[in-house]
Amino acid sequence: MANMCPYGRFTHAVVRGVPDTFGGAAGDGRENEGAAVDLAKARRQFGCLAGALRQKVGLQLIEIPPDPELPESWRIEDVAIVQGDTALITRPFRQQRRSEAEAVRRVMSELGLTVVEMEGERGDSGGATLEGSDVLFTGREFFVGVSSHTNRRGAEVLADTFRDFAVSTVPVCGGARLKNVCSMGGPDTIVVSSSDGAKKTLRMMEQLTDHHYEVLSVPEEAAANCVYVRGPSKRDFLLHRPAEECPESVSAFQKLQDYTLLPTACGEASKLGASLSSLCLLINRKHSHF
Amino acid sequence: MTTEAGSETEVKENAEESAAPPDQSEQAKQESQEVANAEGEEKGKEKEKDGKKITRYLPTWFKKQKSQSQTSPTKDVQPTEEPASKATEEEEGPVPEVNGHAEDVEEKEEVKLEQVKEAEAESHSNASTDTEPAKEEKVEEGAERSSDETKKTKEAEGGEEEKKEKEQVEAEGEGGDSQTSIFQSPLRLVRKTKMKVVVCHVALLDGTDFTCEVEKRAKGQYLFFKVCEHLNLLEKDYFGLTYKDNHEEKCWLDPTKEIKRQIRSNNWQFAFSVKFYPPDPSLLTEDITRYLLCLQLREDVASGRLPCSFVTHALLGSYTLQAEFGDYEPEQPRPLDFISQLTLASNQNKEMEEKILELHKSHRGMTPAQADLQFLENAKKLSMYGVDLHHAKDSEAVDIMLGVCANGLLVYKDRLRINRFAWPKILKISYKRNNFYIKIRPGETEQFESTVGFKLQNHRSAKRLWKVCVENHSFFRLNAPEPPTKAHFLTLGSKFRYSGRTQAQTRLASSLIDRPAPSFERTSSKRISRSLDGAPVISITEAGRDMAENGREPHLELHSDSKVKEPDLSPGDVEGVPSQSPGCSEPGLPQSRLRVHGDNIYVRHSNLMLEDHDKTQDEVLKHQASISQLKRSFMEAPPPSPPQPNQWEKRLTSSPASIRVQQQQVTTEVEIEETVVIQEVSKAAKPGLVTVTIASDAEVDAPPAEEQETQQDSAQVEEEVAAEEVQQGKPESVSSESESEDEAEYQPEVSVSISQTQIPEEKEEEEEPEKDDRDKGAEEQVSALEVPSLPAELSHPAEETIQEEEEEFRKEETDAEEKTAEKEKESERETEESTEDPMVTPDEAPDSPTPPVETVAAAASPAPAEEEEEPKVNGEASLVEVEPRPQVICCSEPPVVKTEMVTISDTFAAQKTEIATKEVPIVHTETKTITYEAAQLDGNGDGEPGVLMTAQTITSESLCTTTTTHITKTLKGGLSETRIEKRIVITGDCDIDHDQALAQAIKEAKQQHPDMSVTRVVVHKETELAEEED
Repeated sequence: MANMCPYGRFTHAVVRGVPDTFGGAAGDGRENEGAAVDLAKARRQFGCLAGALRQKVGLQLIEIPPDPELPESWRIEDVAIVQGDTALITRPFRQQRRSEAEAVRRVMSELGLTVVEMEGERGDSGGATLEGSDVLFTGREFFVGVSSHTNRRGAEVLADTFRDFAVSTVPVCGGARLKNVCSMGGPDTIVVSSSDGAKKTLRMMEQLTDHHYEVLSVPEEAAANCVYVRGPSKRDFLLHRPAEECPESVSAFQKLQDYTLLPTACGEASKLGASLSSLCLLINRKHSHF
Repeated sequence: MTTEAGSETEVKENAEESAAPPDQSEQAKQESQEVANAEGEEKGKEKEKDGKKITRYLPTWFKKQKSQSQTSPTKDVQPTEEPASKATEEEEGPVPEVNGHAEDVEEKEEVKLEQVKEAEAESHSNASTDTEPAKEEKVEEGAERSSDETKKTKEAEGGEEEKKEKEQVEAEGEGGDSQTSIFQSPLRLVRKTKMKVVVCHVALLDGTDFTCEVEKRAKGQYLFFKVCEHLNLLEKDYFGLTYKDNHEEKCWLDPTKEIKRQIRSNNWQFAFSVKFYPPDPSLLTEDITRYLLCLQLREDVASGRLPCSFVTHALLGSYTLQAEFGDYEPEQPRPLDFISQLTLASNQNKEMEEKILELHKSHRGMTPAQADLQFLENAKKLSMYGVDLHHAKDSEAVDIMLGVCANGLLVYKDRLRINRFAWPKILKISYKRNNFYIKIRPGETEQFESTVGFKLQNHRSAKRLWKVCVENHSFFRLNAPEPPTKAHFLTLGSKFRYSGRTQAQTRLASSLIDRPAPSFERTSSKRISRSLDGAPVISITEAGRDMAENGREPHLELHSDSKVKEPDLSPGDVEGVPSQSPGCSEPGLPQSRLRVHGDNIYVRHSNLMLEDHDKTQDEVLKHQASISQLKRSFMEAPPPSPPQPNQWEKRLTSSPASIRVQQQQVTTEVEIEETVVIQEVSKAAKPGLVTVTIASDAEVDAPPAEEQETQQDSAQVEEEVAAEEVQQGKPESVSSESESEDEAEYQPEVSVSISQTQIPEEKEEEEEPEKDDRDKGAEEQVSALEVPSLPAELSHPAEETIQEEEEEFRKEETDAEEKTAEKEKESERETEESTEDPMVTPDEAPDSPTPPVETVAAAASPAPAEEEEEPKVNGEASLVEVEPRPQVICCSEPPVVKTEMVTISDTFAAQKTEIATKEVPIVHTETKTITYEAAQLDGNGDGEPGVLMTAQTITSESLCTTTTTHITKTLKGGLSETRIEKRIVITGDCDIDHDQALAQAIKEAKQQHPDMSVTRVVVHKETELAEEED
């Protein structure tokens, strides 16, 4: 499709600030994951990420102000899946998060995207749940990790929304979310962690795809989540976890030719199971025919 | 059928029909003429005798021919309305009414029947001849006729004078048919009565309906070619015809089977659609092909079969608008109406239309072809592009969809892809009852292959899915389709195999298309015209005319050629059969010829091109050179469909003894035709080329020719026997399996020489696993059925028989080609490897370090003599005929020097007065020889044969083609040289795709002998052309 271009051509990034309730509210069992979070540090890291996207990569950055009522609203990736001119507002697993979509929906509309609601899209989508961190879009197809947060029904809604693309479901074993174990590292490159679960997922992806992807394997699972953008400057940018957080994986990224590597810390968010990509929604509005 | 042929055929048909009635009325005259002809034929009788023998041996061919011939004739007969009345009268009347001749005809039939009883082959030939006269335009038909004649003559000679007379009459008639169509009419009538014609309605992609008449027993490909002809489509391998079975399910019409037996209902409704969606439409050669693909995709999108997003919908629609209406013009309101009229999307609405218009504006300046290409470039990226979905249940009874596509088999649950089996991972595809199984190659970490089973609704859907898989696998993954006849590929149950060209082959073939881009109308214009026209073309003739009108330049040009020739022919006809009316005779021939033309279309174009440059010279050259060249070509390298003439020439020129088995079969038919042609030439064309006349004389009159014939006969007999043996042998091994249609297996990889030739590495890898698989499979497979699938087991028996048979053939062939080679061959036969076994061949290939290696269709030794002759005969040879193989480079692919020789028996006259001929309806025999040569070392071929190490001849038959592979290994000065000569004789109607055969032969040869190179490809086509006034 006209919308079908190599992965990474983005013009806009949408982020949402870290609320004061960061690490608190989502509450249900998430907090046990551990360590207390440092709000200030989280905000700092968030600021670095946003700054890198805007200043280094050169994207138009849209920052939605944080809502204290929505402690997880900074994980904006989960709330919407954007491809081309269409934004699918998802239906997160946890009820508390579903109101996060409100502000995002508004932004999407302002950007001129066709907003598709998951609920109401299909009357029978009652049980469908879908979160963006379980969706890997490669530029050619979607992989949906059927995880604790995303079910098959949700994937069906996704497939119904983005009909141009193949939507394949893959099991997520290693991490809680698909994008915890893999992400796009280039137009044809998938960064995958070398854990067994990730390998299993990758094998399934390779079996399901008609295309061939280069695989960049990184030893640390946290390093598998990157943000690749081919910015307006026609340069390849890769936001990845810094050496402090993933010391063993940095060398892998340096294999990438002609990339501008942007080490971006995400330690605090990752304590909550999030990662770099969780913090931003990448959008391409330039290519639109409309 | 060639597209070109259509118009011609129609015309011819008309002519025939018109001619036919007079024939009946004039039967007496005809008879007298026939008698005269008979006298002339007597010469041929000797030959005929030979032919009889041949015919006996050639049953299969004749049968095949019959079917084909039948198909073609019916069309011919039915098409014209005017003639229709006559034709109907003829058809119906012939027996009862036929001017008292009917009795004769009947008697003839009886005789024929008797003959048939005597020998099945003869019967076939007779039948074929019956059908042939009108139908068979091809040389083959002529050959058949000749064979029939020979039979008849023999019988007559044998003792029954009455019968003799009748037979003679028949023979004359047949001869007349071959020579002139006049005689055919009575025979036709009889046959017509036998053959019932059915009107087929084919829904085309543009929404129009194509109607044509087809013999009830016509095969699918006849109708398909008719449609392609109507569409002026050359890259037709991506398309197919569908019908709805009794359960309202869409099925693909098998081109190799009779239509009637497939549809199993009286509903002769078909739809023309894309069967194989080219993954990269930009690689298609012609815009018209892309256009048709666009039409299909529009329908797919509109029907929801090809889901796409709103944006994509709109985008595709905008390209459609651009293609059909050109640039957006605000003041032009029509597009809007058009859009709403165009159901571009299933959920089309106002918003969609606005989007479409908006996008349309952005396409300004885009040509229709560009717009189509953009359409396809976007459509091809859709994930469901080219995916053929089938409902199924998985092992847990969960509803899923199985999608067959170019890359493999996809498994969907709802819209989600949950699994995928790429073709390379699939070891075997099978079905049993309503179960569909695929055996999966073990993954890296797995040790054993696994079998995945799916349940389909019923056995029919399982089989349908299986067939689609087999076809898609073959088309997209193989270099050449697996010949179903090969023992290796025998499988349980259905023997179904994809019979068409593979994508690789069709790409190769289409890369050779050099016709000027055909002009065609897009739907918008058609829509308008439709409304004006009202009903679609009813009669074939009309359709053909339309086609011709639609700017089929090639036809026109060809016609011109034929016309030129025609004048000559007409005189010849007159001379040969004074009593007969030229018109009558001509019409009969034309029909058959027309079919042939269809096949040759591509070739014709090239001819056309040549003509354009300097028509007169080229034509003259062609004419002159044609016969001699043809002969040469046959002799030298007759890979694809070599007519027998070469052999004849060889015999004449070189030694009487040598005849190639395959060729022989074909030759018998061809020979007859040739002889006929020659006679015509000699008679009519006396003024013509000396060389030609000589040749003709030699063939017809020369005793050596007879000798040759006798030899041929023997050879043929041998061949036939061999063929029979092969057939029998195969069935025996497989028999139990093949019978049940409830289950069938398809082991792609085994046969899958896929890309082996192309990608040796893969081959090796694949081969090993395959072997293993086979072994395992043999062990695992409890049922004996699977055993046959194992190539080795099956192949050996068949091969052996073949080899034995081949030996004989070889001898003969070798004699013709190389005496030394023969000796060697015989001795080496044992050693010979079967070309068929993919496994074996590769090994062998390496064994014979190819320095000199000449492969497929490269007839090394014989060529020189022929070549020498050629130049002499045809002063033209130098120009067109680059044939002297050595120099011309003949890669099977792009860098090919293509030499075409068009020989028309009437050539002489044509040369003299082209204009006259053009206007006058002419019956001629057109012989085309195309030679593709690779730059070779002549020394290899010409050099003294070393020690013959191995000689193998393998003959395989399919419906319309007989392939003889002759492998000769010689030791020369320490170098082993392997020469493989493949001769493919294609017999039948236009249905045969010569390009395909050629491409297939090349590919097969490559696959089998990756180390070897194709040095020479000679295509010899003999077509009877009858053209009428424009």
